[in-house]
Amino acid sequence: MTPDNRAARGPGALEYLTTKKDEFVGWARKFSLFPYPFVTACCAMEFMSVSSTLYDTDRFGAALPRFSPRQSDLLLVVGTVAHKQAPVLRRVYEQMCEPKWVIAFGVCATSGGFYQNYAALPGIDRIIPVDLYIPGCPPRPEMVIDGIMKLQDRIARDRHPILTDTF
Amino acid sequence: MAAPVHERIIERWQVAAPGPAVSHGTLALLIAPDQLLDVARSLKLEFGFDLLLDVTAVDWPARDPRFDVVYHFYTTREFVRVRVKTRVPAAAPVVDSLVPLYDAARYAERECHDMYGVEFRGNADLRPILLYEGFVGHPLRKDYPKHREQPLVPYRK
Repeated sequence: MTPDNRAARGPGALEYLTTKKDEFVGWARKFSLFPYPFVTACCAMEFMSVSSTLYDTDRFGAALPRFSPRQSDLLLVVGTVAHKQAPVLRRVYEQMCEPKWVIAFGVCATSGGFYQNYAALPGIDRIIPVDLYIPGCPPRPEMVIDGIMKLQDRIARDRHPILTDTF
Repeated sequence: MAAPVHERIIERWQVAAPGPAVSHGTLALLIAPDQLLDVARSLKLEFGFDLLLDVTAVDWPARDPRFDVVYHFYTTREFVRVRVKTRVPAAAPVVDSLVPLYDAARYAERECHDMYGVEFRGNADLRPILLYEGFVGHPLRKDYPKHREQPLVPYRK
């Protein structure tokens, strides 16, 4: 775009450019989710089956687990979190770089599930913000794939500012 | 069906009423708290019960000696189990520690202390093992409120 054209189009041109930039960054980010599996309980079995050959989350660009929170942008909390574990979960979340998303996988991570006692945290959203809840005990692989696709839709529609208040 | 070693234990420890009972192939002995170390030592040294499987407790809120402290022993030579129970009151739930006899008692007694508040005299390390520092109360006691939450991380608003 030459300076002459920009002057001719007025301020709308910059708006157009920003929208296209968000769309582009959203498209790139939604297909490069690096999950950090915070796996604590029996939902892990279902997580394994949804990641491996038959259901294959790699089709959505969300397969390669990073075992360092600093390299990942999707926190998958799979299973029951006890109060004693809560500081660990919060630290893992805090170590992840922006932009980051959180999926609560299974009812225990969502709400505590059938646990209502001295030990279990009644839902991880009590301590960290959650973007997507996948219920089920455990959830079917189809539900997990549906959840990942919904999150991808959201990422694609989101604004993706390069500079934020915190950075 | 009682194993031969069960007969010999009953003979050695003439246990008072309600008396020894074999339940599901396990001998259940009810003893006084001050007999505990002697019985455990005899089980280990005379009868070859070389494995302490578990230390736990049972809360009977309405009964006068409120707690049963329950031990399970196993012999790897004869493949037989023995359950030893002793009763302690709520005012002073104290028993002797089995740490001098079995190292396995170290953690099992910590857990029992967490969950029921039973004191084990002679176990030097009764820090919380499954619970955390600052936890108030003993969650497996019957009077612990079922819905009480003691979060370690403050909840978000």
